[in-house]
Amino acid sequence: MRNVFLFIRRYAVFISFLILQIISLSMLFSYNRFHSTYYGMIAGEISGDINRRVNNVEEYFTLKTENERLREQNAFLLSRIPSGQLNADTAMKIVNDTTYLDSVKQFLQYRYLSAKIIGNSTFLPQNYITLHRGSDQGVLLNMAVVGTDGLIGTVVGVSKNMSLVMSLLHKQSKVIAVLKKGSGLGEITWDGRDPRYLVLRKIPKTVVVKKGDEVVSSPYSDKFPPGSRIGWVEEVTQDQETNTYVLKVRAAVDFSNVQHAFIVINQLSAEMEEIRSKQIKE
Amino acid sequence: MNIVIRNIIRIIVVLFFQVFIVTRIPPLHQFIVPYFYFILILWLPFKISRIYLLLLGFSIGAIVDWFFKTPGLHAAACLLISYLRPFMINLLLPKEATEWGNEEPTSKTMGSVSYGIYVLILTLFHHFYLILLEWLQFGSFLYFIGKLFSTLIVSCLLIFIADLFFNRNSKLR
Repeated sequence: MRNVFLFIRRYAVFISFLILQIISLSMLFSYNRFHSTYYGMIAGEISGDINRRVNNVEEYFTLKTENERLREQNAFLLSRIPSGQLNADTAMKIVNDTTYLDSVKQFLQYRYLSAKIIGNSTFLPQNYITLHRGSDQGVLLNMAVVGTDGLIGTVVGVSKNMSLVMSLLHKQSKVIAVLKKGSGLGEITWDGRDPRYLVLRKIPKTVVVKKGDEVVSSPYSDKFPPGSRIGWVEEVTQDQETNTYVLKVRAAVDFSNVQHAFIVINQLSAEMEEIRSKQIKE
Repeated sequence: MNIVIRNIIRIIVVLFFQVFIVTRIPPLHQFIVPYFYFILILWLPFKISRIYLLLLGFSIGAIVDWFFKTPGLHAAACLLISYLRPFMINLLLPKEATEWGNEEPTSKTMGSVSYGIYVLILTLFHHFYLILLEWLQFGSFLYFIGKLFSTLIVSCLLIFIADLFFNRNSKLR
């Protein structure tokens, strides 16, 4: 027994090195399964708060480009409003159950919650964005996040006032996408190389793809609003092994410079989930 | 200035620069990631006990992990260099490290050649382990080698700049 204590005392430094090393490695390799539990802890709020303070200063440097982007989007949105329907307030109203009976009136499926980006990175293999909106403001897990230019990512962690978004620049991110001109259902991923380019796979070779074709989110997705812009095809390569293309896509969003985002609240997501779970049971 | 307060201020300043300024610069290339925060471990005084050194290294790595959202990655790499640091100092310096009191490793106290080797080898260990762990989850072998060397060069450059920035040659007592 005495020898055991002597041994421990002699190698105390090495043993504590091993223990701490095991702790950090187990944290590293189990993290991917536990995004939300990790982020829901109080420390998410603390680092989020520091991020927010720094961002207040940083925002001044991008004010001009952000302004231009907003003006462009305003012009785009204004052009889509039919004459006589300029009252924007009706669009903001949450329409209740009567809409299900009214077959003439259209009702709003997607609501947009404006959020400020307070933390961002583009240089890691797994990039996350922190938003200054959380469960207190109605953000839930798995909601989509879009920017003024296009799609940004998915909410993977929510705390009281902050939420963590897995951006498209994440090696595990997978988004179903289509070519805007029609046919072809593919999958947007990121190869971890250049933050300006994404990869689109699984578009069959029967579809004619040209450089400059627009890639948008699929109409079958239950979280992303259909037709949200993702990017433009930059380079077309044929995959030798399968019957599909590997397309290099220039991302519509400049991830290193993005400042504001919208969290998309799908009012039908609960209903969709219900149908799906019913189907699985049967 | 008291050595503890001095180190706490240094930790705050260096982490601020690392997290909010240096890594916010738009990336030049996928291989270049400017890491230099681990100078905090390289610059701790000679006489710090090895257990404290390990705990301090682990916590510095864990703080960086909080901001980069990579739990355990930087903590593991920092832990490795804080474990290896005493061996490096014993190798490079003939004197017993305990005799040095509150002195820190600088080009003056160690001599510029020894200090250069000390920084280079510990940076190499840190990056090798960090990028190895990253590569296990992601990327090809070319990615590993390319990123290791380009990051090593950028980090050494940043440490050189940091050495000029923090005037550490003034006497402590």
